[in-house]
Amino acid sequence: MAAYIARRLLWVVFLLFTITCITFVIFSVLPSGDPAVARAGRSPSPQLVEVIRVQLGLDKSKPEQFINYIGDILPFVGGNGIYLGFSYQNNTDVLPEILERLPVTIFLATGAVILWLSIGIPLGVLSAVKTGSALDRIAMGIALLFISAPVYFFGLVALYLFDDQIGIWPILPGNSAYGEADSLLGKAEALIMPWCVLAAAFAAIYARFLRGNLIDTLQEDYIRTARAKGLSERRVIFRHGVRAAITPIVTLLGLDIGILLGGAILTETVFNIPGIGRYAFNAITVSDLPVIQGTVLFGAFFIVMMSLIVDILYAFIDPRVRY
Amino acid sequence: MSTGTGASDLLHADDHGIDQIVAGEAPVAARSPLALFWRRFRKDKVALVALTFIVLLVLVAILAPVIRNLVGAPPPGQTSTDALDDFGLPQGPTSEHLFGVDSIGRDIFARVLDGARVSLLVAFIGTGLSVTIGVTLGMIAGFFRGWVDTLIARVIDILLAFPVLLLGLGLASACSTKDGCLGGALEPGLTIVIFIIVLSNWPYVARIIRGQVLSLREKEFVEASRSLGAGNMRIIFREILPNLVAPIIVYASLFIPANILLEAALSFLGVGVTGQASWGQMLSEATGKIDTAWWYMFFPGMALLLTVLAFNLVGDGMQDALNPKGNKQK
Repeated sequence: MAAYIARRLLWVVFLLFTITCITFVIFSVLPSGDPAVARAGRSPSPQLVEVIRVQLGLDKSKPEQFINYIGDILPFVGGNGIYLGFSYQNNTDVLPEILERLPVTIFLATGAVILWLSIGIPLGVLSAVKTGSALDRIAMGIALLFISAPVYFFGLVALYLFDDQIGIWPILPGNSAYGEADSLLGKAEALIMPWCVLAAAFAAIYARFLRGNLIDTLQEDYIRTARAKGLSERRVIFRHGVRAAITPIVTLLGLDIGILLGGAILTETVFNIPGIGRYAFNAITVSDLPVIQGTVLFGAFFIVMMSLIVDILYAFIDPRVRY
Repeated sequence: MSTGTGASDLLHADDHGIDQIVAGEAPVAARSPLALFWRRFRKDKVALVALTFIVLLVLVAILAPVIRNLVGAPPPGQTSTDALDDFGLPQGPTSEHLFGVDSIGRDIFARVLDGARVSLLVAFIGTGLSVTIGVTLGMIAGFFRGWVDTLIARVIDILLAFPVLLLGLGLASACSTKDGCLGGALEPGLTIVIFIIVLSNWPYVARIIRGQVLSLREKEFVEASRSLGAGNMRIIFREILPNLVAPIIVYASLFIPANILLEAALSFLGVGVTGQASWGQMLSEATGKIDTAWWYMFFPGMALLLTVLAFNLVGDGMQDALNPKGNKQK
C-alpha cells in the first residue's frame, strides 16, 4: 500500500509539473500581445512600458522567465511564498483574490453535492430495482433532459421563472443576491436556485450511472447466491447490490468535486456568485491573462489532488483494486 | 464469412440465432455487424424519432440561407433599429421576426439557424477528427504492440489524467485577446474550439479501440486470413476494421452531444466561436436581458437543448443496440 501511495504521489508531482509547463506555454509563449503594454494601461509612454517590462522580468529570455515562474509558484523558493502573479486590471495579487473567493465556491459546491447525492442515489437505486416500470422510464427521461440542458440555460430559465426581482413567480433570491446578502442564512437562501440548477444535472448523471451499475451488479452470480440463501430482497439489494455498485461513484464524485472547487464557472457566471469561477470569467472578459492563468493553475491543482485522493480512497474501499 | 464470425463474437449474437444453429436448421445468411446493429436500433422508437430530428436539423443547417429567404428573415448579422420599439428595446416574436430580435435588432430566427450550422459543424468536424486520430493510434498500438504501444498508451494515460478542458479554456482565453496566438497563426474561434475537442476526445477513443484490437488480433478469423497469405494492411482494413465500425459509431454518437455543449460553453464564456452566431454566445448576450426579452434566451436555449437531447437519445439507442445484454433488460 505504501509503495502504491508513493507511486501515485510521484505521478501527481509529474502531472503538476507538466501542467505548470503547459500553462506557462499557453500564457507566456503563445499569446502575441505584449504583457507589458497590457499592464501599462491606456496609451502608455514607451519609457513606462520599458520600466514595466523590466519589472515583470519580461526582458529576460523565455527559459529564464520559466525558471522565475516556477520559483514564484513553489512555496519555499524565491522567498515570496506561493505567488500566482499580479492582475493587470485590479493591481492586486492573484492568489489572495482566489483564496478570498474560495469559501464562496466551497459553499456552492458543498450544497450542490449534498443535494445531488440525496436525489441521484435513491433515484438510481429505485430505477434499477424497478427497471422498465413507469417510475424508471419517467425518471430516466427527466434525467436525460437535465443532462442535455446546459447549466447556464437552466439557470436563465430558473431566474426567469423564480427570481424575486424579475421572475414570473418571484419567490427566490436570484441574480447577484449572494453578494448583497449579509447573513449566512441570506447567503444560503441566495444559493437555493444555483444549488438546484447545478445539482439537477449532476443528480441526473449519478442516477443514470448508478442505475446502469446496479442493474449489471444484480445479474452477478453472488446476488443469485444471496437470494438462494433466503436473504430478504431488501438485504440483497442494499447489502450486496448497492454496496458494490456504488463504489465507482466515489471516483466520479471526487473528480466532480475537484472540478467544482476549481470554479463552477458557468453557474457562478449566470447567477453572478462572487466565487472563483466568476473571478475567472471577469478576467476572461477583460483579457486579464495573469488572473486566468492563476485560476487555471489553481483549478488544475484541485482536480489532480482530488484524483489522487480518490485513487487512494478507492484502494481502501474496493478490495478488487490491484496496487 | 470471416467478418461474420468476428461479428457474433463482438456483438453477442442473439440467442435466437444460436438456437437455430444448434437445432441444425438451415444456416442463416451471415449479417454484417452493422446490419445486426441496425436491426436492433430500429426497434427503439424514441431513438428513431430523435434520429429523424437530427436528419432534419442537418438539412435545416445546410439549407439555412434558403429557409431564411423563404420566411423572409434578414441575414443573421444584419442589425436594424426598425425592429426595436420606441424605447430602443427589442421586440418579441412577430410575423416579420418569427423568434423576435435581439438588443441591436438582429433577427433571432436567422441567428438560431446560423447557430445550428456552427454547432453541427464544430461537433461533426471535432468528433470526426477525434475518432480518426483515436482509431488510427488505437489500432497501431493494439495491432503492432511493442514500443509503439507503450508510447501511445503512456500518452493516453497522461492526457486522461489531465484537466484538458480547463487548460483548453485557458488556451482559448489566452488566444482570444486581440492579438491572437503565435503572431496570429492560432486565431480565436473555430480552430481552437475544434483543437480542444480533439485533444480531449481522442484518448478515450484510442483506449477503447486499442483494447478491442488487442483481443480481435488473436481471433481465429485473423489467423485464417493470415494463413491465406493476407498482409498486415489487409488484415487491418478488411478483417479488423469492419468489426470496429459499430463501437466507433456508438462512441462518436456519445461524443457529438458533449462536443456541442463544449462549443456552446466556450462561446458562452466569450472564448469560442467569433464572428458568427452561436447558440452559446446568444445565451451569453441574453443573460442580462431575460426580464425584458425572454425570447432572446428561449429560442437558442431550446435549440441547444433539443439538439443535445436528440443526440443523447440516439446515442443511448445505439449503445443498447450494440450491447443487447445491457440496461434495457428486465
